[in-house]
Amino acid sequence: MYVAVKGGERAIDNAHAWLAEERRGDPSVAELSLAQIREQLKLAVNRVMAEGSLYDPDLAALAIKQSRGDLIEAIFLIRAYRTTLPRFGCSLPVETGEMACDRRISATFKDVPGGQVLGPTFDYTHRLLDFKLAAEGETPEAPRAAPRQEPTPHVTSFLGSEDLIQPEPASEATPRDITRAPMAFPADRSTRLQSLTRGDEGFILGMAYSTQRGYARNHAFVGELRIGTVPVEMEIPELGFAIEIGEVELTECETVNQFKGSKVEPPQFTRGYGLVFGQSERKAIAMALVDRALRWKELGEDNLGAAAQDEEFVLSHCDNIQATGFLEHIKLPHYVDFQAELELVRKLRAEAEAARAVTDAEQAQEAAE
Amino acid sequence: MTQENLRQELSQAARKEWMSLLATAPEPRLAALFDGLDAAPGHDWLRAPEVGGVMLRGRTGASGAPFNLGEMSVTRCTLKLPCGAVGHGYVQGRSKRQAELAAKLDAMMQTEAAAEVEEKILTPLRQDRSARKEARAARAAATKVEFFTMVRGED
Repeated sequence: MYVAVKGGERAIDNAHAWLAEERRGDPSVAELSLAQIREQLKLAVNRVMAEGSLYDPDLAALAIKQSRGDLIEAIFLIRAYRTTLPRFGCSLPVETGEMACDRRISATFKDVPGGQVLGPTFDYTHRLLDFKLAAEGETPEAPRAAPRQEPTPHVTSFLGSEDLIQPEPASEATPRDITRAPMAFPADRSTRLQSLTRGDEGFILGMAYSTQRGYARNHAFVGELRIGTVPVEMEIPELGFAIEIGEVELTECETVNQFKGSKVEPPQFTRGYGLVFGQSERKAIAMALVDRALRWKELGEDNLGAAAQDEEFVLSHCDNIQATGFLEHIKLPHYVDFQAELELVRKLRAEAEAARAVTDAEQAQEAAE
Repeated sequence: MTQENLRQELSQAARKEWMSLLATAPEPRLAALFDGLDAAPGHDWLRAPEVGGVMLRGRTGASGAPFNLGEMSVTRCTLKLPCGAVGHGYVQGRSKRQAELAAKLDAMMQTEAAAEVEEKILTPLRQDRSARKEARAARAAATKVEFFTMVRGED
């Protein structure tokens, strides 16, 4: 129960003024610009875009600055802003096969057409703090080589040509949109993917890790991981044809999982799929593992009772804005609620004490007799 | 296919190409190039610039059914030149100025100014774009693993 109570206005205004001062920090230190955040904290910007579900690096940088680096708070700001935008339409499905890849690796085939391209990765670094970064200095230019001209084919297409991997059913059906209609269960795969791609990275990672540790065991190979840019095309109603309206950076992960086969399906590999805004490979791999675990029913696998197989559990708890909203609301005034509880506990205690007094008196009586 | 149909299709493909180029050009560069034009016509708004969102879609397993991936900010507008040519601007991000320039140039491409716009704006933007893509692809190519086999044992 909530009751309006006045009187906090001055305290709130002053708290926000102090927040602004704290956000700025020591004024003798140069202030961060949005361009600095956008360019130099790019992976934080990517996470805010992915979980905020709005691709706009400048806005994400602003949200990070405003939230003092609290990324869930920044995601909250982006989600709130997103709701104010009129929806102009939907893009054509992005063609990740046409991606200009900055990075593309496969853990299943060494000699894959297009090659193993490492890109700007943290892999193979020694995870030792680099004190050179604490000092200002020039960054040497990265080496260049003759660029690949043709698009890089998907690794799963090689398995597909031998019919060794389950094909994705072709469809042009309009997917359900969780930003327009509330989620309902059972959820179809497109709803699950929309929910997972904007879900909390930590939560999705934890769920994915649980499948690796044996809960809904699904040994996954990373068939392919690719990061790069794809053009975004949209049908323009005034023109009657599609044009490119922009370009986004995406991370895509396709996992290849063993499948024993069922009564109707021959033994073959199955897929888990992850596609996330920006360079977000931990999230994309985790998403693919969780997607695969949630597919148990359509693949005729056993329900092992694992959390990662329970779509209602996963999808209802993966959204960090829903979660933080409900979690953090309990710090707001619940004075009347608590007053009622207090009254109740006092009453119960009084009753219990009275009952004990009666018992004690009876016992004393008995002892005396 | 008749000559007329073919001509229509070709002009549609050309318009698609220049609109895409204008949509993805960085705003400061586009504005600088625009200032280099000899003369730019005025315009009336048919739809003043507005910021909105477009829902991006992906496909399950890259090839299956579409799903909603998340939104992208887009600014659009429509204008009309005094000669009657109508231009549309659809650009990524929230720059109303970029949408206006894109729409105006789209309209100018349908007038006698087309050759000048092509030469002073579209050609440099096309070069910028391919240089930008080439620079990233070249860095990626340098990180490609070249496997070699170690020969071990006696024979």
